[in-house]
Amino acid sequence: MAINWFKYAAPASFYGLAGKMVPFFAWPAAILFALGIYIGFFVAPTDAVQSEAYRIMFIHVPVSILSMFIYLVMAGYAALGLIFNTRLSSMMATALAPTGALFAFIALWTGALWGKPMWGAWWVWDARLTSELILLFLYLGFIALQASIDDPRRADRAGALLAIVGSVNVPIIYFSVKWWNTLHQGSSIKFSDTSMHIAMKQALFIMLAACWLYVIAVTLVRVRSIILERERNTQWVSELAEVREGERS
Amino acid sequence: MNRLSLFGLLGLVIRRDLLLAMRRRADVLTTLVFFVMVVSLFPLGVGPEPEMLRKMAAGVVWVAALLASMLSLARMFSADYLDGTLEQMLLAPQSLSVLVLGKIVAHWMLSGLPLVLIAPVLGLQFGMSFQGLWVLVLVLLLGTPILSMIGAIGAALTLGLRGGGVLVSLLVLPLCIPVLIFGTGAVDAVNTGMTFIPHVALLGAMFLLSLVFAPWVTAQALRISME
Amino acid sequence: MQSYIIRGYFITSRQFNFMLEISNLACVRGDHQLFSGLSFSLGAGELLQVQGENGSGKTSLLRTLCGFMQPAAGEIHWCGRDVHELGEEYYAEMIYLGHLNAIKDELNALENLRISAGLAGCAVDEKEALAALRRMGLRRREHLPVKVLSQGQRRRVALSRLLVGNARLWILDEPLTALDVGAVGLMQELIGEHLSKGGMAIFTTHQPLQVAGVETRQLMLS
Repeated sequence: MAINWFKYAAPASFYGLAGKMVPFFAWPAAILFALGIYIGFFVAPTDAVQSEAYRIMFIHVPVSILSMFIYLVMAGYAALGLIFNTRLSSMMATALAPTGALFAFIALWTGALWGKPMWGAWWVWDARLTSELILLFLYLGFIALQASIDDPRRADRAGALLAIVGSVNVPIIYFSVKWWNTLHQGSSIKFSDTSMHIAMKQALFIMLAACWLYVIAVTLVRVRSIILERERNTQWVSELAEVREGERS
Repeated sequence: MNRLSLFGLLGLVIRRDLLLAMRRRADVLTTLVFFVMVVSLFPLGVGPEPEMLRKMAAGVVWVAALLASMLSLARMFSADYLDGTLEQMLLAPQSLSVLVLGKIVAHWMLSGLPLVLIAPVLGLQFGMSFQGLWVLVLVLLLGTPILSMIGAIGAALTLGLRGGGVLVSLLVLPLCIPVLIFGTGAVDAVNTGMTFIPHVALLGAMFLLSLVFAPWVTAQALRISME
Repeated sequence: MQSYIIRGYFITSRQFNFMLEISNLACVRGDHQLFSGLSFSLGAGELLQVQGENGSGKTSLLRTLCGFMQPAAGEIHWCGRDVHELGEEYYAEMIYLGHLNAIKDELNALENLRISAGLAGCAVDEKEALAALRRMGLRRREHLPVKVLSQGQRRRVALSRLLVGNARLWILDEPLTALDVGAVGLMQELIGEHLSKGGMAIFTTHQPLQVAGVETRQLMLS
């Protein structure tokens, strides 16, 4: 069994596997996304307190959850790459970072759009929004560090160390911001009660699943191009059908 | 010839960095002048109302201290990197973490300690109460070493990279936010008549946590960067 | 008596001649493979010159031997044990002098020598340090800031590190750069003394370096 795992840990064999896996995640993501949007916007009832504005949560909540989750997954992959020297895990970490940053950015943007009708202001120094902003900074730091290092091996390892330090810091940052926020009596979006309508819950979970599948699909596509870029001088890349086709034309 | 003990080595690194700094004093002074200048700009920017200035004093001092310590971070390892001393440090037959700790202590004594000492004067300019000043010095004394320790990780990771100075701030500033929050929180607590002990305790916990991990992580980062 | 197990044989250290043993070493820089399948060993009293064109990987080989770079393949053993496992024990037995002098402009020659020896773990007293500097031909320059010295004199300050401490393995990358004829002769003398005490040295140079009574082994990188 162990041998099987390591077979696909080699970039050359994972390249093909990832290519086959992409449609299995991309299509369900698209279908669930359409379904989730439909239920969220047309089936779910209007909220008593927040009226129609609450519907932005069907995007805001999944991307916020995933933006934090992706950071931990990224740090996990990066740590694996650092400890066991598996190049593919480091490439996965690099591939996850832009999607994580994008999700953090969308979470902030939708949070601001949600905040305007709720609080009457685009930006309130709410604990969750502030932590999300800091998370975006952490992603940008990771991406900037890797981008400024030319040697891929050093980029992988330096990025991994930063991601690990960052993930140790994330809970500290989160709780300190939360504490800071309660001291300064900030406001926070709270649902009127815990009894969310069943259609709201359904839409939320479907959107979460759709976003999750999207992350996997787009990461696989990105890791494929990272593999090609890093292994461009190897025999197996020059023998790929798509590479030879490109050279001929 | 005798072998050096770990404490001997720690002392040697600190003495060496202080000696070097004494032979080019300008570097130390620029950080301090920058700190004083940034703090003095705030009243000009937001207006001289004493009540408002008193409220924001701790925050202003902390943000300025954060920026000033970023300014000096890029220098932490770069001179040793450029003249080859860092290579020799990596080959030292003792733990690299101890050498790194020595450099961190020296960095703090040169860039953190002067800020702590001058902060009460700046606090007076902002009309802070006596008790507020006392707590401010206490939290700065606990917090600025944390900035040096977290900063060392960033400085080691960005060693020899183009745009290193700006990049190191981008990496390190978000990680320093808890220090900023608890540092200003303690002074706020005193001003509103609450206890400042929990803030100081949390800062102390962060200090110990960084003291245990930061030198080791920095040593690993140096090995990665020197490869 | 210490003993080591190497490739299934049980050998005691007295019989075990080779102290530094490199097997099947490969080095990759970026996308470029510098060398592969490199094997050699070096015993007490032996001198090895690494030769090759610019960019053939001489410096990379020396840096790999120092543990700065991870070898892409192969192993480096010191007295029968992997240098990675040995770590600091290995570093206590070797000195590396690279292209960079690792000396500080602001300090004088004496301070530089004492501090750099201290960083390498040995406390050197002033008398010993002065003797080493004088041997390197820096008499009356001991208390001058290094920034007023010439390139060759700075190199001499860096090389004086070899005279303090008791490293058995010297790894020297272009030690003769900027040295005049007299200093080159002195280096040959120093290496000769080091070898006769059972030390060993690996060096690269583009200048001729002959040590009296010792045959220089050659390693050609292509």
